[in-house]
Amino acid sequence: MNITVTLIAQMLAFGLLIWFVNKVMWGPLSGIMEARQKRIADGLAAAEKGKHEQELAEKRATELLKEAKEQAQEIVAQGQKRASEIVEEAKDTARAEGERIIAAANAELEREVNQAKEALRAQVAAIAVAGAEKILKREIDAKAHEDLLNDLAAQI
Amino acid sequence: MTWHLDTIFFSIALGVLMLVVGGRVARNATDGVPGGFQNFVESILEFVQTQVKDSFPGHNPLIAPLALTIFVWVWLMNFMDLIPIDLLPLIGSWLGLPYLKVVPTTDINTPLAMALVVFGLTLFYNIKVKGLGGYLKMFLFHPFGKFAMPANIVMTTIEEIAKPLSLGLRLFGNMFAGELVFLLIALLGGAAALGAGLLIWFPLQVVLDLAWLLFHILVITLQAFIFMVLTIVYLGMAHTTEH
Repeated sequence: MNITVTLIAQMLAFGLLIWFVNKVMWGPLSGIMEARQKRIADGLAAAEKGKHEQELAEKRATELLKEAKEQAQEIVAQGQKRASEIVEEAKDTARAEGERIIAAANAELEREVNQAKEALRAQVAAIAVAGAEKILKREIDAKAHEDLLNDLAAQI
Repeated sequence: MTWHLDTIFFSIALGVLMLVVGGRVARNATDGVPGGFQNFVESILEFVQTQVKDSFPGHNPLIAPLALTIFVWVWLMNFMDLIPIDLLPLIGSWLGLPYLKVVPTTDINTPLAMALVVFGLTLFYNIKVKGLGGYLKMFLFHPFGKFAMPANIVMTTIEEIAKPLSLGLRLFGNMFAGELVFLLIALLGGAAALGAGLLIWFPLQVVLDLAWLLFHILVITLQAFIFMVLTIVYLGMAHTTEH
């Protein structure tokens, strides 16, 4: 076990080996490992981002859905309101029409009643005159008693 | 001036093996889902990287490759210890080699060479980070303060020199002792090569060899790990200005 020139040779060999290992093995491999680490980190970050975006999209979808529902409800309410308005209007129109018809009928009735009354009055006057003629057995001057007769007819 | 060609050959061959395999993995590596062997290599890299991150302050791109080299190379050289102890020398003897040492780390030159390179690096970074004045000041005022300068110089010098020495000798001692135990176990059967004693000694040799083999797997990994961690720590100490 003596120290010889082998020591120098081994030192040289060791030094060269370190240099070669760095160049051939460590350098490329650690570069690749770093690249992989970066890729994995990137992938994780992308996944995280995607998840976040999905959450956002879900939230937006819910919001849109809610809005659409609200709008639909509003439209339905408006429609209902409009429908009841139309019904009310129709009712009003019908009522007015009915009243108008009733009024017309009433007017017609009154006119006819009046007509009948006039006819009756005339007839009553004629009857009364005829009766009086018969009672008095003489000609009565219609003209002289017109006022009296009209009075009588109005009282009937 | 003797060249331990066996040591040099095996250590360089293992270094080349490491480079070829590692280089092939690095060339075919993908930054997508790694396959089987790439996974294995990457886990070693990550292990080393964690050690460096844990015990090295600041940033130096040299430290991690250095630590990786030490860990893998020392482990591979130690692993030669697990090959049946007489196998490679036997093959060598067929090729006309009278003597063959297959475990480079049981040759004091290899661990010491590595320790000296680490020592040189600590020296370099000590001076680079603290400045020559700062580094020398450490010898003067550490560990007892400015009133015990002579003692400080002696203490710090011993401390600094003890670092590479202990680093190299620890690995060498462990590997050499392990190899020696393997040799002794191998001698058990040989001692009773012929005769009835073989019935007792041969099974004993097999059992002991297996036990020591299993234990030694731990030892070689632990020694490689310790060498790496201490290197990182020493270089980390060189990088801290406040001691």
